[in-house]
Amino acid sequence: MTLSSLWVLAEPSNGSLTTGSLELLSAAHALATNVAAITWGDANAVAALAGEYGASTLYSVGDLGGALPGAPVASAIARLVESHGAPDAILIPTSYDGRDVAGRLSAKLNATVLTNVTGLADNAGLETEHPIFGGTQSAFARFTGSAPGIVVVRAKSFAAESTGGSPAVVAAAPIGDLGASGEARVLASHVEERTGPQLEDAAVVVSGGRGLGSADKYALIEELAGLLKGAAGASRAIVDAGWVPYSRQVGQTGKTVKPTVYLACAISGATQHMVGMKGSKNIVAVNKDPDAPIFQIADLGIVGDVNSVLPALIEALRQRA
Amino acid sequence: MNVVVCAKQIPDPAAPQSLEPSNNLNRSGKLILDEADTYGVEMALQLVDAAGSGEVTVVSMGAAADVAGLRNALAMGAAKAVIVSDDTLRGADALTTAKVLAAAIGRLEPDLVLAATESSDGYTGTLPVQLAELLDLPSITFAKKVTVNGTTINVERQTEAGYDEVTSPLPAVVTVTAGVVEPRYASFKGIMAAKSKPVEVLSVADLGLGDVVAAGTGQAVTRVVAAEARQSGEKHVDDGDGAQKIVAFLESIKVI
Ligand SMILES: Cc1cc2nc3c(=O)[nH]c(=O)nc-3n(C[C@H](O)[C@H](O)[C@H](O)COP(=O)(O)OP(=O)(O)OC[C@H]3O[C@@H](n4cnc5c(N)ncnc54)[C@H](O)[C@@H]3O)c2cc1C
Ligand SMILES: Nc1ncnc2c1ncn2[C@@H]1O[C@H](COP(=O)(O)O)[C@@H](O)[C@H]1O
Repeated sequence: MTLSSLWVLAEPSNGSLTTGSLELLSAAHALATNVAAITWGDANAVAALAGEYGASTLYSVGDLGGALPGAPVASAIARLVESHGAPDAILIPTSYDGRDVAGRLSAKLNATVLTNVTGLADNAGLETEHPIFGGTQSAFARFTGSAPGIVVVRAKSFAAESTGGSPAVVAAAPIGDLGASGEARVLASHVEERTGPQLEDAAVVVSGGRGLGSADKYALIEELAGLLKGAAGASRAIVDAGWVPYSRQVGQTGKTVKPTVYLACAISGATQHMVGMKGSKNIVAVNKDPDAPIFQIADLGIVGDVNSVLPALIEALRQRA
Repeated sequence: MNVVVCAKQIPDPAAPQSLEPSNNLNRSGKLILDEADTYGVEMALQLVDAAGSGEVTVVSMGAAADVAGLRNALAMGAAKAVIVSDDTLRGADALTTAKVLAAAIGRLEPDLVLAATESSDGYTGTLPVQLAELLDLPSITFAKKVTVNGTTINVERQTEAGYDEVTSPLPAVVTVTAGVVEPRYASFKGIMAAKSKPVEVLSVADLGLGDVVAAGTGQAVTRVVAAEARQSGEKHVDDGDGAQKIVAFLESIKVI
C-alpha cells in the first residue's frame, strides 16, 4: 500500500450512515493505511458503525442548524485539511448532498474533482475508473496536481464489508465562517410513501419504460415488484414524462442497481439505461421488438406485449403466494 | 430581476460519440444546446416574467464557431448571450470552467444564476456548486420547483426520500432538474428576433484570467479500454407461455 491516508464523507441517514458511505469506507480501508470519516449530525451515534467499516477517526461537523450540508461541511473539511494536512484523496458518495460538498470543497481547496467513479486502484498512486459512452468503454484517470484529490464515487461500485474494527474516535471538525454561501436553509422535509426495499438495496428490481403506453400501466410494475418483494424502477423516458418520480430512475443520470434479478419491461435498452443495470446478476427483458438492444444483455428475453405478459406473470405469482 | 442561465453547447448525445487522440471528447461535429439547459432557460424566462422586469442572459464557455445552440436560447426569449471561447480552454476541467464562468457571470451581477443539475456530455454535476463557491453565493441543487418572492428564493429540492422545502436569500445559484418546467418551443417570431440579439464572444484575456488557464487541469486520463460486454441468453417469442418462462427462470435462480 502506498496510499497513507484517505478520508471518506460519511453521510448520515436516519441515525445510521448511507449504504454508499459504507461502501466507500470499505474501499478506503482496502487501499490506505489510515482512514478517517467525516460526518454531521449525531456523530456519536454512528462512531461504532464507521469504525466497523474501517474508519479509525470520525470527524464530527456537528449540528448544521437546518443549513443545507454542502457549504458548512465543505468548510469544515477544508479546515481539517489546513490543520491536519491533506490526505491522498477524499472519497465522496454520488448523492444530492455529496455532490454539493464535492463542488464546494473543490473550489475552496482549488482541488480537482473526478466524478462518476466506479473503480479505485492503487497503481503507484490512486487511479480512478469511469464508465464512458454509456458504459461501453472505461476511462482510467489520475490526479496530477497536489493532494487532496476529490473523488465522487457512484453507488454500488464497492461492496460494503464489515472489518470488525473498533468504534472510530470522534473528533470535532468546526465550521469556518461561511459568509453568504451558507445561507440556504431547509424549512421542511417531505417523505414520499414507499413500500418495500430501496431501489439500490433490493434483490429484485422491476422497471418499466415508455412501452407501457401510459402512466396508469405503471401499476403493473409496482404490483409485480411487490409480489417479488422487490423495488420498482423506471427508464428516464417515463420519469421525464412525469409518470414516476426521479428517485425511480435507473441509468447514467439515475441510480445504479445490481440486484439478483432485473426485469426490464418495455424498455428499449439505451446505453444510458443499461449502464445503470448491466451489473445485475440476472436480467430478464420483455419487449415487443425482437431487435430491442436490451435483448443483447438479457439472460432471458421474452419477445411479447407487456399488456399480456405482465398480467399473466402477476396472476401466476399470486397463485403461488 | 436579472437571471443568468449557464448553458452549454454539446455534440448531439443521440449521435455516436468518440474521443480525440488527446482523450478529450470529440466536439468537431455540429453542436446543439444541451437539452438539460432548456429547462433553466424556460425557468428563467418564467421567473423574469413573474417579477415583471429584468432579463435573461445566457452564459457559456466553449467553441464559438457555431452559436446556433445559444441562438436557440435567444429564440426562446433570452435577451443576450455571452460565450467565453479560447483555444487555451480546450480540455478544461470542471473547476477551470467554473473559474471562467464565475468571471464572466460576476461582471453581470445577476440576482439569480440557474444551471442544469448535470450536463449531458460531461455529467460531472459539480460545476454549478463550484461556481457558487467562487462567487460566494448560496446554492440549492436539484430543484424540481422554484418560486421567487422578492429577494427570497424557495425551492422544492429532490431528496432520496422525497423532497425538501429549501429557502435562500438572493442572489443564489440554483440547479434545476428536467421537468421543473416544460420548455417552450421557439416561435417563428422568436427565431427571427434571435438573429439580431447580441452574442458577446470573450477571450480568456478579456476576462483577465491568463493564470487560471496556465495552471492547467489537475487530472490526466491514463488509458481508455473497451468494457467487458455482457452475453445474452435465451430469447423466446411469447405465444402465451412468456409468463411461465419467466416464472421458471425466477425459480431456477431461486428468487421464488
Ligand atoms: C445524457 C443522457 C442521459 C440519459 N440518462 C438516462 C438514464 O439515466 N436512464 C435512462 O433510462 N435513460 C437515460 N437516457 C435516455 C435514453 O437514451 C433513452 O431515451 C431512454 O432510456 C428510453 O427509455 P425507454 O426505453 O423507456 O423508451 P424507448 O426507447 O421509447 O423504448 C420503449 C420500448 O418499449 C417497447 N414497447 C413498446 N410497446 C410495447 C409493448 N406493448 N410491450 C412490450 N414492449 C413494448 C418498444 O419496442 C421499445 O423498445 C439518457 C439520455 C441522455 C442523452
Ligand atoms: N462550458 C459550460 N458553459 C456553460 N455552462 C456550463 C458549462 N459547463 C457546465 N455548465 C453548466 O453546469 C451544468 C452542470 O455541468 P457539469 O458539471 O458539467 O455536469 C450544466 O448543465 C450547465 O448548466
